[in-house]
Amino acid sequence: MISAPEPLVVVTANGLYCPPGDFYVDPWQPVQTAVITHGHGDHLRHGSARYILARPGAGIARQRLGGDREVTPVDYGTRVQLGTTSVSLHPAGHILGSAQVRIEHEGRVWVVSGDYKRQPDPTCAAFEPVECDVFISEATFALPVYRFPETPRVVEEIHRWWMANRERGIASALFCYALGKSQRVLSELRAFTHEPVYVHGAVDSLTGVYRRAGVSMLPTLPVGTEKKTDFRGALILAPPSAAGTPWMRRFGDHATGFCSGWMRVRGDRRRRGYDRGFVISDHADWPALIETCTASRAKKILLTHGYSDALTRYFNERGVEASALQTSYGAED
Amino acid sequence: MRAFSELYEELDTTTSTNLKVAAMVRYFNTATPADAAWAAYILSGRRLKRFIGQSLLWRWLIEVSDLPEWLVEESYSAVGDLAETVALLMEGNLAAAAVVPDLPLSTWIEARLLPLREVDDEQQRVAIIEWWRTLPYRECFILNKLLTGELRVGVSELLVTRALAEVLKLERNDVTRRIMGEWRPSAEFWENLRSSEASASDPSAPYPFFLASPLEADPATLGPTSDWLAEWKWDGIRSELIRREGKCFIWSRGEDLVTERFPEVVAAAAQLPDGVVLDGELVAWRDGAIQPFADLQQRIGRKKLSPAILKEVPVRFLAYDLLEQDYTDLRALPLRERRARLEALSANAPDSLGISSAITASSWEQLANLRTESRARAVEGLMLKSLDSPYGTGRQRGSWWKWKIDPYSFDGVMLYAQPGHGRRSNLYTDYTFGVWSNGELVPVAKAYSGLSNVEIADLDRWIRLHTTEKFGPVRQVEQTQVFELAYEGIAASSRHKSGIALRFPRIMRRRLDKPAGEADTLSDLQAVLAAHRGQTRHEDPAS
Repeated sequence: MISAPEPLVVVTANGLYCPPGDFYVDPWQPVQTAVITHGHGDHLRHGSARYILARPGAGIARQRLGGDREVTPVDYGTRVQLGTTSVSLHPAGHILGSAQVRIEHEGRVWVVSGDYKRQPDPTCAAFEPVECDVFISEATFALPVYRFPETPRVVEEIHRWWMANRERGIASALFCYALGKSQRVLSELRAFTHEPVYVHGAVDSLTGVYRRAGVSMLPTLPVGTEKKTDFRGALILAPPSAAGTPWMRRFGDHATGFCSGWMRVRGDRRRRGYDRGFVISDHADWPALIETCTASRAKKILLTHGYSDALTRYFNERGVEASALQTSYGAED
Repeated sequence: MRAFSELYEELDTTTSTNLKVAAMVRYFNTATPADAAWAAYILSGRRLKRFIGQSLLWRWLIEVSDLPEWLVEESYSAVGDLAETVALLMEGNLAAAAVVPDLPLSTWIEARLLPLREVDDEQQRVAIIEWWRTLPYRECFILNKLLTGELRVGVSELLVTRALAEVLKLERNDVTRRIMGEWRPSAEFWENLRSSEASASDPSAPYPFFLASPLEADPATLGPTSDWLAEWKWDGIRSELIRREGKCFIWSRGEDLVTERFPEVVAAAAQLPDGVVLDGELVAWRDGAIQPFADLQQRIGRKKLSPAILKEVPVRFLAYDLLEQDYTDLRALPLRERRARLEALSANAPDSLGISSAITASSWEQLANLRTESRARAVEGLMLKSLDSPYGTGRQRGSWWKWKIDPYSFDGVMLYAQPGHGRRSNLYTDYTFGVWSNGELVPVAKAYSGLSNVEIADLDRWIRLHTTEKFGPVRQVEQTQVFELAYEGIAASSRHKSGIALRFPRIMRRRLDKPAGEADTLSDLQAVLAAHRGQTRHEDPAS
């Protein structure tokens, strides 16, 4: 009897671990070697000795980790030897520098997707399908109700909303994650306007990183540099954590909007108390998850955060081997 | 229906009342009279009886979605609303080219939905699936809400009235009066609304209720007590009693005609002169004293009024105000004048038709002292009405105040949690609380409200992490979390394991500082019940 080959990735207390390569992917505890899929806080955490990540994401990592960490940028597609494995990073289309991790060992290939999306995004390289034996996919929006409209159409809605608020003489506060979503909106908005947009400090510093990486976006003005700004008619981008805080008072009368895939469901928008929800997501929607997992031609699909149980069962019922992995990644978008 | 679905979206995505009114005005100004009438009907909170049961819609959704039933269920539980789930799932099947031309709202309802009542399941199925396949998301959502009879729009009647007043160039009071009660939406109805003369007079047409606001300030700021009428705040059903053209009509605050429920009041009202309208409260009344609201509820709950229940729970109408006399609208007169006429009118009224007596007091201090007796008198506190006040419409602050007593409260331990409905269906928001009895916790109250969204989210996380057992959607949780709960009344109940039923329990706060062992006991609540019972036989000294 031949025993099943050892898995190339297992879940440990520290995170996803590759035994033959002796490295972790997006560990949630400090480790020796961390291969990072992208710079969001639940994937890139402090304290590891060495970080390997895609070159376009190096600026974000340095900004987030501080200067004293060892950050090893690697070009997309370039193979790196780790232990007895050959590792390469491939665009995931999630945010600037986001990557899928391809691990090859003794003729077998595993891919860890990290977070990804299939929609076009002017701020990062498009997702690159990678064939493999085992595909570890995210499952944030793995329910058939999550089907996302084309971004330019939604951004047009944002612009119309901003203009309508201006007509009423009030400000428009648009909440977007500070890393990725904000820059994507700032970039997509160029199709409708050249006006500058006010940004929260957290958005401002990361937007700077994107600009240095050559991403074109609307001009931005950090909030709070000048005393007594008149924000009537202005658009302000801020992270969701700023909603409802005293920081918002300076804008006077304003309407609020939130950009997220979760806004696809009316109850989610209403519960979070935003006036408007704009369905813009940096994750794959239901059709894209199915399409991507299928296109990987993997014999086995492992699903991490989100509605992983639903997608697991869906695949199993269709004769595709799948199971859920317990990770501690968040479902923020 | 496109324009209406856009209006719905606009109303749904702003909290600004001015924007809501502006959106409605825009709609009414551009809609056909028949559409405007239907929209006014829906916006003012009237509902079309459901056309199709949820279970049939569910079955057809499974059939056309091409998804396993469990996955549709998962989707539904994330969305929390069947109408929305259908619209979201069908959007994937929607071929852009298949989008059909728009039909007016009135055509949808009159030519498509109402005829559904006349055809069999199969014909309904074919029609509805076809609509699902061709309607864009928003309209599909509205259609489903209409089908299930659940279309509710987030606007108050006051805002609808404002918008209609602007469009129809009428006084708000006039609009309120014209759209009150029951009517059938049609182009003709809308044209009638618009015509300046009052619509053909309907003897049952009520006046809109004038509502009091909670008094938060020190009553001394209201000026001398002699400018005010003080009354007990009765715990019953606010109603309007109409006596016109030899007939009697009783309207409840919910704008339901409830005349048949109260034969003794109708009989008493027969002695009133014609052309009289009274504002008042229906209360359970026995031996000269008000009885607990729970008694009244028992009577309302009966399908048939047997002689036994009529005898067991006699009802009395306590008049507050006189709105019409000799077919003349008195609402603009000062309360002082209306009250004098009311007292003269009811001087010889039979038992079932009383007057809510004025409380005489020479100072606010004296009134405050009387207010502390509220519980013993089985009332909810005091009402303060300016003697100069006209009878207004809706809730207008300044001249009518309710000065309620603080609710009862107790500390209970959370036992079970289950997801809410609608937009809260993916959050644990409905909780069951227990108190100690012989070393174990017995459930005494279910509460849904009282926490902020942040607290709910926090608690939701706690519940998921501290579940000890699952029973379907219900989670049993670790018995460690203490909450302070308020309630309005207490009654004995054989339907509850604890033997007591609490009225309107709600959460005051989470007591993170209190260990479960220090929560209240069943005997604490039983003591309140015993005291409560002893008090409701109290004579009303003012009557």
